[in-house]
Amino acid sequence: MTTVTETPARTAAVEIQDISKVFGHGKGAVTAIDGMSVTVGTGEFLAIVGASGCGKSTLLSLVAGLEQPTTGSVDAGGHKVAMMFQEAALFPWLTVGANIEVPMKVNKVPRAERRKRVAELLDLVRLTGFDRKRPHELSGGMRQRVALARALAQDADVLLMDEPFGALDAMTRDILHDELERIWREKELTILFVTHNVREAVRLGDRVVLLSSRPGRVIDAFPVEGERPRRIDSVQIAEQAATITDRLREEVSRHA
Amino acid sequence: MPDTDVRDDRRRVRGLDALELQPRRGTGERSAAETAGRIWAATWPKLAAVALVLLAWQAVVWSGWRTEFVFPGPDRVLPTLFREITTPEFWEAVQVTMRRALTGFALALVVGVIIGIAVSQFKPLRVAIGSLITGLQTMPSIVWFPFAMLLYGISESAIMFVIVLGAAPSIAGGLTSGIDYVSPSLLRAGQVMGLRGVQRYTVLIIPAALPMFVTGLKQGWAFAWRSLMAGELLVIINQQNSIGWALSQARQLNDAERLLSYIIIVLVVGIVIDVFFNWADRALRRRWGITGS
Ligand SMILES: Nc1ncnc2c1ncn2[C@@H]1O[C@H](COP(=O)(O)OP(=O)(O)O)[C@@H](O)[C@H]1O
Ligand SMILES: [Mg+2]
Repeated sequence: MTTVTETPARTAAVEIQDISKVFGHGKGAVTAIDGMSVTVGTGEFLAIVGASGCGKSTLLSLVAGLEQPTTGSVDAGGHKVAMMFQEAALFPWLTVGANIEVPMKVNKVPRAERRKRVAELLDLVRLTGFDRKRPHELSGGMRQRVALARALAQDADVLLMDEPFGALDAMTRDILHDELERIWREKELTILFVTHNVREAVRLGDRVVLLSSRPGRVIDAFPVEGERPRRIDSVQIAEQAATITDRLREEVSRHA
Repeated sequence: MPDTDVRDDRRRVRGLDALELQPRRGTGERSAAETAGRIWAATWPKLAAVALVLLAWQAVVWSGWRTEFVFPGPDRVLPTLFREITTPEFWEAVQVTMRRALTGFALALVVGVIIGIAVSQFKPLRVAIGSLITGLQTMPSIVWFPFAMLLYGISESAIMFVIVLGAAPSIAGGLTSGIDYVSPSLLRAGQVMGLRGVQRYTVLIIPAALPMFVTGLKQGWAFAWRSLMAGELLVIINQQNSIGWALSQARQLNDAERLLSYIIIVLVVGIVIDVFFNWADRALRRRWGITGS
């Protein structure tokens, strides 16, 4: 029951091999993921979609090493992995600049170097001059950009994003798509982007992986066509999204 | 071409940020008159409350409920109070009492923090001690004095013992609930960034727990202050001057004016410290971005 999805002509950044994850024991055990294999190419932008409860967040936790798979293996090949969530989860008592410094403090980066990197990262997410602000003074979209800067401060080249724009309004999300795409290119990142929004997945992904629910498995993978930057309201995206949505509906109705 | 694209992008992001940021209220310089107005608006209800209390007090005196000998009005107590606070004995008494309060509170702080950390770290300890802490908080501290005097004799240690028993549970409780209620999303963010060991505490857990810890400190102080006043009335050490001793002296000499003066002093000290804790609490909450005030 394993669907192996290949990305040709790229070396793998993350190899997920036949993993399963069971929470709890005995009667109360929940199989979140069962026999999932995904290979993520270096520099690939992989979008992962699926209905809620299909194990998307669990998959990212396994890749980040926050949880261990029950069976199977996750190999990030020595790449450093950073992660972002739907909530920015910035430390409210620290300024924006100090928040971005936290992962560098963990990595024992010297103070002067930290300051320099903070300025660069703020520039990258277009928040130059905001380093003395506090998180609660910023809008949701700005907080997510600070969270992105903080994730990049980990010096990771694999970025895991768990519905990062799920709580934002459409206009902000649209602009952040452009921003994320630009940063992905500039920093040559490998991104695993989880969303339940199919259009968003098609807008951003090189490839869209579709997961089944309970237990989570890969049921299909769609390479996305179209020149970047794509427009979320373009016909091409609408058509591809429709195909994927149909497949997703089919999957959801199996649970009726 | 790509150059203008980049500039367009940047402008779009800037525009969005500008729209999303709420225009700040009252950023402009405040005039002196405005500042004075604000201070007056904050002060007059307090002055009115004081005036009201004095008036009610005076009214009771005028009603002839008790003779002025045992229940003098503010017209007699306030001059006594002002005379009293110009004497060196008064300041000596305040100094002794405040020194005891601060030492006792510091001891309670150390004990409370140690217990709080231990309880939040070891699950079995939590089950065993957790409800005990809550139980201790409901005990009237005066109950401990006979036992304290048995243990330490008539000494300052007896008072300290009761202060610690009164204040440490609140401090420990504030710390443990502060640590317990650190938001899971912050903990997860810390984990993802690789915060571990001591750094996890200094960078994440302690700052996150600070607002609740300060609430615990404030409550602990209230218990410490009450225990101390009870202690100074019960445990009189070699006639050493203190606020409690002055109170019992005044009663023995039937000096109602002095007695009421010292009661006012106790009230004022309590209010001053409470204002300080409220200020710290509010400053923290503002900095932490916890809204609601
Ligand atoms: N820590 C956990 N303990 C028990 N069950 C869990 C835990 N984490 C997730 N699950 C279960 O695993 C399944 C997948 O969860 P999740 O990965 O959060 O899904 P998604 O992110 O796709 O909505 C759900 O049924 C959820 O209830
Ligand atoms: Mg999820």
